[in-house]
Amino acid sequence: MSRKKPGEFQVVNHSVAREDGVAKVTGRAVYASDIRLEGMAYAKLLRSPFAHARILSIDASEALRQPGVIAVLHGNNLQGIDPYYGHAVKDHPLLAIGKVRFLGEPVAAVVAEDERSAYEALESVRVEYEELPGVLEVDAALADGAPLVHETSYAGGSFRGFDDPGSMKASNICQEVHLEWGDVAAAFAQAAQVVEGVYYFPMAYAYAMEAYVSIADYNDSGLTVYSSAQHPFIVRHDLAGVFGLFLNRVRVVVPFVGGGYGSKSYTKIEPLTAACSWKAKRPVKLQLSVAEAMLTTRNDDARVRIRTAVDREGRLVAREATIHLNTGAYAENSPLVARKAANRIVGPYRIPNVKVDCCAIYTNTVPASSFRGFGATQVTFPGESQMDELAEKLSCHPVEFRRKNLAARGESIHPGLRPLDADLAGDIAMVVQALETDKPLSKGHGRAVACSASDAGSDPVTSTIVHVYADGSVSVMTGSTELGQGSHTVLRQIAAEEMGVELQKVRVIGPDTAVTPFERSTGASRTTTLMGRAVLEACQEAIVQLRDMAAEILKTAPENLILERSGVAFQDRRLSWQDVLRTFFGLSDCSIIGRAYLRKVGDLALLPVFWEIGCTGVEIAVDAETGRICLERLVTVGDVGLAIHPAMVEGQDLGAATMGLGIGLYEELLYEGQQLLNGNLLDYRVPRFSDLAPKIDLLLVQNQDGRGPYGAKGGGEGSLNPIPACLANALYQATGVRLRRLPLTPERVWRALREQRNKGDNVGH
Amino acid sequence: MKLAFVLNGKPVELDIEPQETLAEVLRNRCHLTGLKISCEVQVCGSCTTLVDDLPVSACTYLAYEARGRRVTTIEGLSEGQPLHPIQQAFLDEFAFQCGFCTPGMILMAKALLLENPNPTDFDLVAYTDGNLCRCTGYRPILKAIRRAASLMREPEAARP
Repeated sequence: MSRKKPGEFQVVNHSVAREDGVAKVTGRAVYASDIRLEGMAYAKLLRSPFAHARILSIDASEALRQPGVIAVLHGNNLQGIDPYYGHAVKDHPLLAIGKVRFLGEPVAAVVAEDERSAYEALESVRVEYEELPGVLEVDAALADGAPLVHETSYAGGSFRGFDDPGSMKASNICQEVHLEWGDVAAAFAQAAQVVEGVYYFPMAYAYAMEAYVSIADYNDSGLTVYSSAQHPFIVRHDLAGVFGLFLNRVRVVVPFVGGGYGSKSYTKIEPLTAACSWKAKRPVKLQLSVAEAMLTTRNDDARVRIRTAVDREGRLVAREATIHLNTGAYAENSPLVARKAANRIVGPYRIPNVKVDCCAIYTNTVPASSFRGFGATQVTFPGESQMDELAEKLSCHPVEFRRKNLAARGESIHPGLRPLDADLAGDIAMVVQALETDKPLSKGHGRAVACSASDAGSDPVTSTIVHVYADGSVSVMTGSTELGQGSHTVLRQIAAEEMGVELQKVRVIGPDTAVTPFERSTGASRTTTLMGRAVLEACQEAIVQLRDMAAEILKTAPENLILERSGVAFQDRRLSWQDVLRTFFGLSDCSIIGRAYLRKVGDLALLPVFWEIGCTGVEIAVDAETGRICLERLVTVGDVGLAIHPAMVEGQDLGAATMGLGIGLYEELLYEGQQLLNGNLLDYRVPRFSDLAPKIDLLLVQNQDGRGPYGAKGGGEGSLNPIPACLANALYQATGVRLRRLPLTPERVWRALREQRNKGDNVGH
Repeated sequence: MKLAFVLNGKPVELDIEPQETLAEVLRNRCHLTGLKISCEVQVCGSCTTLVDDLPVSACTYLAYEARGRRVTTIEGLSEGQPLHPIQQAFLDEFAFQCGFCTPGMILMAKALLLENPNPTDFDLVAYTDGNLCRCTGYRPILKAIRRAASLMREPEAARP
């Protein structure tokens, strides 16, 4: 693989204009919500008013008589399809069957000529329920004799390696992960210092501003679905299963996506929309509102009991944790979140004795699934809180304490996984310098630095095709979705760099499962590393073909040709790729294809594909009167091997850190009984302009130590993970108050400060 | 009912239902899908549209209220030019990622700069605080609006 250094690239490593830029600033960018098909009908959903109830009967006859109504679907009229999906556990019916498992679960879908008719007919669907006792929290779900969210066991989904669902016990446990090395009991017995605590990471909503939407057209030639999905190929897999179709009969097209952050991973409303089209024999659009999106997917909130031990020299010797994830009513991707949470609680440290039990637990709440950071956010908060707590016990500076325990590049932090491929000590040094930790702090201010390492990249199965045209243009066919992260721009840069053409001559064709080659998913920060590398290899494969064609034209052996930028040279002749194609085929508008596929072999055999680093620093100001925390200063490090597009890496880091700020300070979905209390944007507070830190440093580290193109590796999630711990640790430094429950709302901080004052008074008297 | 207004500089007359919002009319009847609907409760600003140069949340603004007024959407912002300076500034500063909030954000910036061509940072944040962006962390957007302000004040001097 090429190994140019920063400064030697023509297109890559430059902040070029975004591929999607003009479309997005002019309003011409097409999102799934903007698509309308000829003859399209509209679906609206009737949702359960109970968290857990048996469905006694459904009567849709009156609804069917309403003006404009074409069809009504419910759990009792889905004969002819397999109504269950789920890539990890096939437990999710596209409409509730037999019983409802959370308040807001779709129970019936009305398809009508227009949205208003569909909406107005919903109240004519008569559903009789018998309410059942439910489990709304993990403790209730784990209690002896707890009501079961799922009485039956289900077939496994498309992803192997999860517990055999056939052996699932009669319990609310969705997935258990156990991780262990060394002798934890002995290590704790001999430890010099131990900290122990229970930490709570809140239930959060990703708020992709475009709510879930899909348009399905089921007809004799197969099924076509336009969707806001992040992973079109996994949606295709699930749709093929539901309708019993071959993969080539299911076409999933993803135009621009209005934000994802993990929440659009895997399959959401596509099977239901497709079933509506199948039933109505018309193309059907299902557009959810944001309030409905909040009833569709959230993150797994987590309770983590954790203890960590050090020896007399301040070396970490053991960590033991029990993680309870509240997975909600359906498995979705939580089995994988559970595995990642277990892996990622170790952090980027060498810890010789580790024992982790992580359990994803079904409850009668909105289903949880992927969320930016993916398990790491939930466990980095407790892990990095304890690093500061231990440092204090050792009277050691928290940064020094981390430095002492960080794994070096090439050192294993996790037996069986790829050794660490980053220089975290270097990253931390940069944060410390930018944060000016040596300067005195104002009263009420606190600073903190924290870090994380996530096993990222998912399964490295990725493929692409690059078309090289005789007029000098190039097209990249990619199954990666453009979520705003800039993947289309990055892939375009790589193709332009390799083929030696101007950026404007490269077109990126986005995901269409009937057209673009297989790509496992767009998530786990994998696209630049894996799809980027596939594009690079496909270009190189095309260049080999072009060289051979040039050799034939020049009547010499291919080895005699000298490869140059965008062409070959032989003696005094030079042929551009354009010349080669025109001469070889005798036509001016033909093309060839270069192709590449990656799989889990060679340097990708060992997982993870790369370790995604989070390394951030904050300075906060705490208002003792109100408990309000203000972010004064933010430092992020994008340790991405090589920044294919530096400005976009910085943009990802600031966006991720801002999401961390939201969860750290304000964001939490709240339940009262079975009801979600704040399921709308009025009551669910996300960061705004006025929350922006006055001073921000977005740093880049380009050690070219990844397995992606030119040594690149992924980013975009890392800078979220350590932020909540940074905030909690900075709060402690500023006030002496240690909070182990997020978010750090003004009320929580104020109450804790008052309690601290009261205690102080008591001591005083 | 009949509704007549000036849309992006051109008079239009439509038949609408009285309960239709401006967002519904512009997206569904006029096919101007640059207008994006997100929160539907006037919190996010993604549906920001200019009515007589003032920003409104089209998701909750009855289309009838726009009768006889001038309505500007993202499609009409550049008035026949390839790009308005605010759009150019958003490109130059990478002030968007997914782009869903961008049309509303740009129109809000336009309203601000019409009212106050030389905003301080305080003015900027105060004016834009009702527009949400979940991708960027906001700083690139503030930079873009500042750059647009200088481009619009001194179109020649500000060019490189």
